[in-house]
Amino acid sequence: MLVADKNMKEAVCDAPNSQESGEKGLALLKYLVIGVLFGIVFVKAEIISWFRIQEMFRMDSFHMYGVIGSAIVTGIISIQLIKRLKIKSIAGEEINIPKKEFRKGQIIGGFVFGLGWAITGACPGPLFAQIGSGFTIVIVTLLSAIAGTWVYGKFSDKLPN
Amino acid sequence: MNQFIDWLSQPWPWYVAGPMIGLTVPALLILGNKSFGISSSLRHVCAMCIPAKIPFFQYNWRKEMWNLVFVLGVMTGGFIATSFISNPNEILIAAQTQTDLAALGITDFSGLMPSDIFSWENIFTAKGLLFFVLGGFLVGFGTRYAGGCTSGHAIMGISALQWPSLVATIFFMAGGFLMTQVFLGPLMKLAGF
Repeated sequence: MLVADKNMKEAVCDAPNSQESGEKGLALLKYLVIGVLFGIVFVKAEIISWFRIQEMFRMDSFHMYGVIGSAIVTGIISIQLIKRLKIKSIAGEEINIPKKEFRKGQIIGGFVFGLGWAITGACPGPLFAQIGSGFTIVIVTLLSAIAGTWVYGKFSDKLPN
Repeated sequence: MNQFIDWLSQPWPWYVAGPMIGLTVPALLILGNKSFGISSSLRHVCAMCIPAKIPFFQYNWRKEMWNLVFVLGVMTGGFIATSFISNPNEILIAAQTQTDLAALGITDFSGLMPSDIFSWENIFTAKGLLFFVLGGFLVGFGTRYAGGCTSGHAIMGISALQWPSLVATIFFMAGGFLMTQVFLGPLMKLAGF
């Protein structure tokens, strides 16, 4: 039970799925479509470019700040509209956004991710789009990122949090 | 139609791309009551393929298949954009960045990714160890430790006005600035640039 509770807590820390009714097979296709559109934007706005990330961390270009900033503004407005108009999901469920608890990991892990981001020139999303764009060597980076995730999972109870 | 393709093929400005990415947030919420996040897919791969009885990977990953379908879509989107509407011209990189990177040993500024780094020839070299193995490991370890990446924290978390996500984002940026401004030069020299 303790383990289950811990997992529940961990699971709300990212991409939580609040839908109660199950989804299988074709119902998942809609996420494929959203992913495809997302991947196209990543390539067309050159967000997957190692150079654009370098520009951002050298503060030589506004582009990435504009992308992330306007994405956040769009997200804030959307969520406020959903909350105030009490918009429901297409399955008719009340939309639920689990609260994120503050942990030390957001500081330490966030910093570690930042170090890696400046090396790879990609956060996890662009890694997938880079591979799709034909930069197949990034498969190695992705495998290493999966290994990093696994090592975190292995030692998560021994790390400060 | 050709004109339309030409128009699509130009690089898209931030004020088109940013709002489109932001719209992913309500799209996932309304389509399936799901919070946007990508690094979680790496955890699901671990839970599915190499759980090794680790409590962190003991959960119902089948319920999270949507997340893996989503990243499969991102990969497919990358393929479509590059195959059918790719920019025919060279990428335009800020002059200062170009000068600084040239000083670090980058010579190819023509594509989205520098071929000096991102080629299979580098796989078993110190360059590969730095850019693919170490870089990837830090991304995977750091995002999971932080409980999210640029999408889960910076976009989804801040959009929902969750302050822990703002803290995480500040530290993403701090790590990135420190690596770029301080460590990257010496590390690249060490790797043989």
